Amino acid sequence: MIRNFAVFLLLLGLGAIFLHLLDGYVPASELNQTARYYAEHTAQDLGAANIVTAIIVTYRGLDTLGEVTVLFLASTIIGMVLAQGSKRQRALQRKLPASGELLTTGSRLLVPLILLFGAYVFVNGHLTPGGGFQGGAIIASAALLVLLTDPLKRFSHKLIALVESISGLVFVGVGVLGMLLAGGFLDNRILPTGEFGALFSAGAIPLIYSFVGLKVGAEFTSMLTNLAETEKS
Amino acid sequence: MSMVLIAIATLLTIAMIGAAWVTIRAKKVATAMLAAGLVSLFASVMFLFLAAPDVAMTEAAIGSGLTTFLFFFVLGRVRGGSDD
Repeated sequence: MIRNFAVFLLLLGLGAIFLHLLDGYVPASELNQTARYYAEHTAQDLGAANIVTAIIVTYRGLDTLGEVTVLFLASTIIGMVLAQGSKRQRALQRKLPASGELLTTGSRLLVPLILLFGAYVFVNGHLTPGGGFQGGAIIASAALLVLLTDPLKRFSHKLIALVESISGLVFVGVGVLGMLLAGGFLDNRILPTGEFGALFSAGAIPLIYSFVGLKVGAEFTSMLTNLAETEKS
Repeated sequence: MSMVLIAIATLLTIAMIGAAWVTIRAKKVATAMLAAGLVSLFASVMFLFLAAPDVAMTEAAIGSGLTTFLFFFVLGRVRGGSDD
């Protein structure tokens, strides 16, 4: 009873705070200083049509490196935790019922298309919405579909680790090249910015985002593979 | 925003709150997982209305796609095990 009352009081307090926020809300009629700088300078300085991508990859590139590192740590820890349970009972594999015809045929048709779409999303990250993280997640969902169709399917750990390491190295390498050849770490102007809106434009942004996409896709796929390989019964 | 957009956004908000309610109240775990995925799906449409297509794509791919299937994956594993 008293506990319920305390919860109610807490909710009431939270509601009052949010009501106050809502009360004082005035929609911004113009961009603030930082946003205006990005909106005005992105196109001519970096040559990227998608301002969000320019911010993520170039202006705030170090944050993206941090995010990718966090994701890498998460997938590594999942692998470490699950690897302990997967060693035993390797020989004894559960008999699984066959997947339905619809799922099998559908995944055979859809998996290449999903992979292609993922690659499209991260290659065009500097032109259209989306980019490395979204494309990587789409690629991982193709791996998920394969695993749903055939739960005993095994991906090559060596290949996943290779793709991930090379992508990470290229990402940091391009960043250091930016420090040597252009304005600073992860500066995209080590390559010519090219024609605004073309596929090969915006300097190193498509290169960096493609490798971010491959890295994110490899990380998510390794998480899913580790989960699928933990035989519990 | 025009009136139609405001109406759709209001409907989406109500649907999101409803799905979230189902998530915490559902008796079966599978229903709760699906409802949680539905919240993410509505949220991604909402982000699209708020002119943030990049965020909407992330939300749709990770929030409603991968996470929901990951939950089901783990649920299947947990049910299949005998020593959990």
